[in-house]
Amino acid sequence: MNEALNIFTRGFVRENPVTKMLLGLCPVLAVTTSAVNGLGMGLATTFVLLGSNVVIALASKAIPNTVRIPSFILVIATFVTIVDLLIQAFSPELNQSLGIFIPLIVVNCMILGRAEAFASRNGLWYSIIDAIGMGLGFTFALLLLSIFREVLGSGTIFNIPLVGEDASTILVFALPPGAFAGLGLIIAGLNSLEKKMGDKK
Amino acid sequence: MNEISGLLLVIVSAIFVNNVVFARFLGICPYLGVSRKLDTALGMGFAVTFVMTIATAIGYVLHYGILVPFKIEFMQTIMFILVIASLVQLVEIVLKKVSKSLYNSLGIFLPLITTNCAILGVALIAIQEDYSFVTSVVFAFFSAMGFILAILLFAGIREKLEEADVPKPFKNVPIGFISAAILSLAFMGFSGLVK
Repeated sequence: MNEALNIFTRGFVRENPVTKMLLGLCPVLAVTTSAVNGLGMGLATTFVLLGSNVVIALASKAIPNTVRIPSFILVIATFVTIVDLLIQAFSPELNQSLGIFIPLIVVNCMILGRAEAFASRNGLWYSIIDAIGMGLGFTFALLLLSIFREVLGSGTIFNIPLVGEDASTILVFALPPGAFAGLGLIIAGLNSLEKKMGDKK
Repeated sequence: MNEISGLLLVIVSAIFVNNVVFARFLGICPYLGVSRKLDTALGMGFAVTFVMTIATAIGYVLHYGILVPFKIEFMQTIMFILVIASLVQLVEIVLKKVSKSLYNSLGIFLPLITTNCAILGVALIAIQEDYSFVTSVVFAFFSAMGFILAILLFAGIREKLEEADVPKPFKNVPIGFISAAILSLAFMGFSGLVK
């Protein structure tokens, strides 16, 4: 049980895919203009990661080493297609705002990275926990950045207005440069926070 | 004449206005990964150009030749990623034979081109925008040029940043993002060029 907890928290904090490993950054930067988008993207990615980790953990012994990567990508692409069709059917608005980044989950290096580094070498149970930990860590980072950008850039949070109608907001945070700057500031903030916590111990 | 000016618009838009890295956020991983040195950045850029142009061309043909007639457009993602993965293998084999030094320096990033979202992204955008075959190929090639421009600019800045005295929490990655933000801000100045 301890091992499971260890795997779970590793994905969430110590090896957070976004802030520590810098994996899957394209969707992180692109869709985080509002908290709803960030959450939607995070959950969609978590679903794909969970699906691919489960299948790969079960099938890894049957896959020859030489065609490993193409097989992993096919498994991932299958789950991405499922998510794509589900989002199109149940939430056309989310589909509209995430746009091309839903099919692009397939090339999220975090998912292939977990398949290669974890799921193909570990059992089903640990792979599920790893997928949930990593997926939630990814979602958490997306939420953090998208709330930061939505509050500063549009003055709303989850589309609920925080400031008056005619208050001016820092528009640049809703635009591409704000994504880079926001992520840079968040990583720097986490770095210094981590250092402070380390000093106390 | 109309056709040529249309193509020109696509070219300017692909390089500057909708730059793959700064405006569309595609290919961020190699952008951060191989931009430490100018020459590796250039090598990566050429590999991406080659794969991106050919993948978009093949993707276009397969999309309109197979997926549309059979009404199985939902298979698009799976098919495109297969095309890209096999192309990358081809580039790897060719590069290994032709230039050992380039192969060594690009090393682990070549297989990573498969998961370079810029390539799949550009191929998908070309289909989404209903470009003709010629426009798609031109669009893909010049998007790759935009990628090279971004990665070269950034590699130049990063070589200087190595020697700069950066506040501790901002060392390495965060300062890279802040510089990227300033670059992206500069690229936004082009946005009036093409409507």
